[in-house]
Amino acid sequence: MITMEKHVQHDFLPKKVESWGSRVGLVLAMAGNAVGFGNFLRFPVQAVQNGGGAFIIPYLVCLVILGFPLLLIEWSAGRYGGQFGHHSTPFILRRMDNRAIWMYIGVFGIFSNVAIASYYCYMESWTMSYVYHSLAGTFHGMTQNRVAEFFNDYLDLNISTTGIPFEALLFFILCLALNTWILSRGLSGGVEKASKIGVPLLIVFGIFLAVKGISMKAGQQGAVNDGITGLNFLWTPHFDSLTNPKVWLAAAGQIFFTLSVGMGSIQCYASYLKKNEDIATNAFSAGFMNEFVEVILGGSIIIPIAIGYFGVDKVVELTGLGGLGLGFRTMPFLFENWGPVMAALAGVAFFGLLFFAGITSSLAMGTPVVSFLRDEFGWKRKSAALGFGILIFILGMPTVLFFKQGVFDEYDYWSGTVSLFVFAMFESILFAWFFGLDKGWEEITRGSDIRVPVFFKYVLKYVTPVLLIVVFVASLIRPANDNWSLLSLKGWPLHNESIIAQLRHQGIGPNKDYFSKYYYAEFDGTITDILKKDGGTYLRLESGVKSLDYRVGGKQHLLVKKGDQVTAGTPLVEGRIINRVFFIDMARILLLSVFIGIAVLVFFAWRRNKVKYNQSI
Amino acid sequence: MNTSALIMMLTVWLLVFGFTAYFFIRVLVGDHREKKNGLKENTNNY
Repeated sequence: MITMEKHVQHDFLPKKVESWGSRVGLVLAMAGNAVGFGNFLRFPVQAVQNGGGAFIIPYLVCLVILGFPLLLIEWSAGRYGGQFGHHSTPFILRRMDNRAIWMYIGVFGIFSNVAIASYYCYMESWTMSYVYHSLAGTFHGMTQNRVAEFFNDYLDLNISTTGIPFEALLFFILCLALNTWILSRGLSGGVEKASKIGVPLLIVFGIFLAVKGISMKAGQQGAVNDGITGLNFLWTPHFDSLTNPKVWLAAAGQIFFTLSVGMGSIQCYASYLKKNEDIATNAFSAGFMNEFVEVILGGSIIIPIAIGYFGVDKVVELTGLGGLGLGFRTMPFLFENWGPVMAALAGVAFFGLLFFAGITSSLAMGTPVVSFLRDEFGWKRKSAALGFGILIFILGMPTVLFFKQGVFDEYDYWSGTVSLFVFAMFESILFAWFFGLDKGWEEITRGSDIRVPVFFKYVLKYVTPVLLIVVFVASLIRPANDNWSLLSLKGWPLHNESIIAQLRHQGIGPNKDYFSKYYYAEFDGTITDILKKDGGTYLRLESGVKSLDYRVGGKQHLLVKKGDQVTAGTPLVEGRIINRVFFIDMARILLLSVFIGIAVLVFFAWRRNKVKYNQSI
Repeated sequence: MNTSALIMMLTVWLLVFGFTAYFFIRVLVGDHREKKNGLKENTNNY
């Protein structure tokens, strides 16, 4: 059996190896990688929907048995691979076990970054735009519906919200250019500097908003509840929820996404560490910094402020639409209650903190791609950064152009959810069972300032891999309504978001053909509006908080009128219709092609550098 | 704010804030030491 010599610096390593400027810079970059939109928008919604204060119990348990072990695995695997001059997961994993399969599993660590960055940079550009609109006073005097509509209009390239043509596209390009520029400045000169500015600023903005939110008083500035009411609602424990598997799966999912594990970006950052540099203390520090931002700041902003103005029932209803809806469709309206100056300040703070949270994460997604091109194909940093920018622009365009057709959600589901779980599951198995836990533990503890509890050794070997397999299997076969008692040998109805149901297009509704003559109502509701905007006709179907806008094309004509009550399946529009399912499948084919394309590049890189690699094995 | 919510919130905040501060101070101290003396020579602490 071929074994790898430990900690050997090899001849083919680049002469001038990049490294982090300081430990603090590295920790802030790692924390910036972990802190993202989810800390402020996803966590509070998950907590509200899964038992309030009791949600934090499975959440903290999962942090210990899933989050920290994965952080330790990824940090140590990265530092190990870095000793051989590798900074991307295909080659880091192959160094850990010289079987070709691991190299192809490592492709997930580049694929996820590329695919997630494609839609994540788009979201990041929304926050840039909303900072501008908050400063410009765009939301001043708008009703809540108008603010919500503004977001829909912003995402529709056919509509110009403020006279800026193709505004969403313009901000997307601006955002990508900024990412590319920072990446081209290098690790310590670009990423580290950006993190040293971005992370402290987002914490300051977060503290400002949390203090403002918590100190709200009922009856002042239009608030109907105290800010404390929101905290009370969020933190009241419903212990009965602890017996519900859905809550545990939600907690595991939240921990997983919040720490940005399973992406390949942590391994990449850690691969620039020196052989004896501490990883355990740094990993725990970055992990806890993320928890501080999520649990303390993230839990104290949108829920207290929203409950202060809308009350508990309405906010519970709004959380059904997810955190994005609450953040972009609602918050600018609520800030307006604080007067024009404070509204502008709060808007800049809220969307500014989201922007910094976003950009420090997207830089972490860019670094493995840039490193891959540099290590394996000898590209210069500036060319590699530009290559990343162009690639993300090309892959991101479908999410910009076809956002409402579900392309954005498809990217998020397959690359931002499924791919991460698959990769993390395999890397934990590789680390514990193929690389070997003794060797792995030596990697984790070498150079550490703290004594890592031995308890983690057993968790790494047995608990984390098993838990990841369980979570993955559960997401494959998740039952309808998350009712796990439905499971039986005779089969059970699947949840629409389970992987199998997604593959089958379950729940796609009546518009299930790629092309059709009619567009049908997707749910029961009322045609609340038929309006003409920027040369187009828009039909709006609403039911409670559910809302659907359909742009009636030139060769289509309406079959309903304003005020009509319709049931799901009622034809609304006649003409040449291209349904959402077409765009969904095209997005899937595109993502699959990207994965295969990266795998081919990895294969050629391996062949190209095989002689050099074999010399070091 | 009801008592159980308050206890739950303060306990979690204290835990999270305490660990965040503790580990970050360790990082700062380590950073300072490494800048002054370079990396430790040891390959294993225990």
